[in-house]
Amino acid sequence: MAAPALEAQSLTLSWGDFAVAEGVSVHVDEGELACIVGRSGCGKTTLFHALAGLEKPAGGRVLLRGEDITGVPGRVSYMLQKDLLLPSRSILDNAALPLIVRGVDRDAARAKAGALFATFGLEGTEGLWPSQLSGGMRQRAALLRTYLMDNDVVLLDEPFSALDAITRVELRRWFAGMVRELGLSALVITHDVDEAIDLGSRIYVFDGMPRKGIVSRIVGEVDVRSAGADAARTTLMGLLGIA
Amino acid sequence: MRLPSKQKTVPAIAVAAVLAVWQAACSLGLIPAFMLPSPIAVVSALVSDFPLIWSHTVTTLLEAGLGLAIGVVLGFILAVLMDRYQTFRLAIQPLITLSQTVPTIAIAPLLVLWLGYGILPKVVLIVLTTFFPVAVSLADGFASVDRDIIDLMRTMNASNLQIFVYAKLPAAAEQFFSGLKISATYAIVSAVIAEWLGGMSGLGVYMTRVRKSFSYDKMFASILVISALSLGLMRLIGLLERVCLPWKQIERKEHGKIIAS
Ligand SMILES: Nc1ncnc2c1ncn2[C@@H]1O[C@H](COP(=O)(O)OP(=O)(O)O)[C@@H](O)[C@H]1O
Ligand SMILES: [Mg+2]
Repeated sequence: MAAPALEAQSLTLSWGDFAVAEGVSVHVDEGELACIVGRSGCGKTTLFHALAGLEKPAGGRVLLRGEDITGVPGRVSYMLQKDLLLPSRSILDNAALPLIVRGVDRDAARAKAGALFATFGLEGTEGLWPSQLSGGMRQRAALLRTYLMDNDVVLLDEPFSALDAITRVELRRWFAGMVRELGLSALVITHDVDEAIDLGSRIYVFDGMPRKGIVSRIVGEVDVRSAGADAARTTLMGLLGIA
Repeated sequence: MRLPSKQKTVPAIAVAAVLAVWQAACSLGLIPAFMLPSPIAVVSALVSDFPLIWSHTVTTLLEAGLGLAIGVVLGFILAVLMDRYQTFRLAIQPLITLSQTVPTIAIAPLLVLWLGYGILPKVVLIVLTTFFPVAVSLADGFASVDRDIIDLMRTMNASNLQIFVYAKLPAAAEQFFSGLKISATYAIVSAVIAEWLGGMSGLGVYMTRVRKSFSYDKMFASILVISALSLGLMRLIGLLERVCLPWKQIERKEHGKIIAS
C-alpha cells in the first residue's frame, strides 16, 4: 500500500514545558479530505503548526509521502486560523504572494494568480484592498493564496468558522468540490461536528484540556462513508462527551 | 455630515476669539505696546520685513530638512538593528532613552563650542533630536506585526528580508509617520535654538537681532513664521502619508461605513 500523502506518527506537542498533546497519529490519504474536530484549546492549531513544520514537535515524526519533513516549513500548504491578508497589498498581490516570495517575476505572478480569480469566485476583486471584502470573499482570497503555495497537501485551520451560517455552508461545499477538482489532499480543522461530517470522508476526534493538565489525544476516528452521517454524528457526540 | 463641519468651525472660532481679545487688550491700552504687540502690529511687521525674514527662513528650512533627513535615516537604521538583534536592542535602548533626557538647550552651546558657527552644529543638534521619535515609532511598529503573518510567510519559505519588506515595514508605516511628524517639529525648533547661540543667518539669528533692538513686533512675527513652518511640515508629511499608505484611507472609509450602517 502506498504511503499516505501526509502522516503524523505519534507526535508529542508542547509549548516549552507546557504539555499540549501526546501520541498524536493522524494521516491523510492521497486525494482525501479528512477532518479533525476538537474543543477549543485542545491543541488543534498547535498540531497544525507541527505538521506545517513551524514548530518542531517534542517527539514523533511528520512524513510527506514517506519523506521525513519534521520541523521543515514550506512543504505543505497551510492556511492559518485567520485569513491574514496583508492590509497593504491588493487582493491580487495577496493571492500572488507565495509566487512572488518564491522569486516568480511580479507580472508573471500576477498573471498566474489572476487567471484563477474566476475559479475561486473572486472575479472583480483584483484591485481591491482586503478591508473592502466581505468575510467570505476574504476567505476565498486566502484559499487561493494557500493553493498558490503550490503544494498538493493542504492544512486548513477552521477555514469557515468566522463566517455567517449561510456563507459557511456555501463556501465549504464549494471548497470540497475544489479539493476534488484540483486533486488535493486536505486536512481540515473544525470545532463544528456537522461541518466535519459535511466535509470529511474521515474524522478524527482530538480531545483533552491541556490548560487543566489533561494532555490531549486522538480519542477516536470515524469513517463517515461506511458509518453514514447519522451514525457518525452519534459516535462523534459520544466521543466528545456531548449529550 | 454635520460632525466634520463642527469639528472645523469650533477650533476656528476659538482661535479667532483669542486673537480678538488680544487685539482688544492692546487697542484699549490695557497692555503697553512695547511689552506685547497687537496681532495687527505683528502681521504688519511680518509684511514689511518679509524679504529679510524669508531669507532667514530659507536657512532654517535647509538646516531642518538636512538634519531631519539624516535623523530619519539614522532612526531607521537603529530601528532595523533593534528589530533584528535583540542584544543590540537591549544595549541601545537605555542609551538612546537617556540621550533624550539631556535638554536640547543644554547641549546646543557645547555643539557650537565644538563645531563652530556654521551649519554643522545645527544639523548635529537636529539629528540628535529627530532620530529618536523615528527610531522608537519604527521599532514599536516592527514589533507590532502579527506573529501569525510571520508564521504564514515562513510556510512560504520567505527570507528574513521578504518578511521585513512584506510584513514588518507595512505594519510599522502608520506609526512611522506619527513619529516623523513629531520629529519634523523638533527639527524646526532645534534649528532655531542652535541659531540663537551663534550663526550668520536663520530665524534664530533674526530673533536674537530683533530682540537686541527691542522690536517685539518682529520677534512675534518670527514666532509666527516658526509655527507656520512646523504646521506646514506636518501637513506635508500628512500628505505624504496619504500617498504612501492608500489602504489606510480605504480602511478608514470602510470603518466609517460600518459605524454609519
Ligand atoms: N504560541 C503559543 N505559546 C504558548 N502556548 C500556546 C501558544 N499557542 C497556543 N498555546 C496554548 O496551547 C494550547 C492549545 O492551543 P491551540 O493549539 O491554539 O488550541 P485550539 O487550536 O485547539 O483551539 C492552549 O492552552 C494555548 O493557550
Ligand atoms: Mg485553533
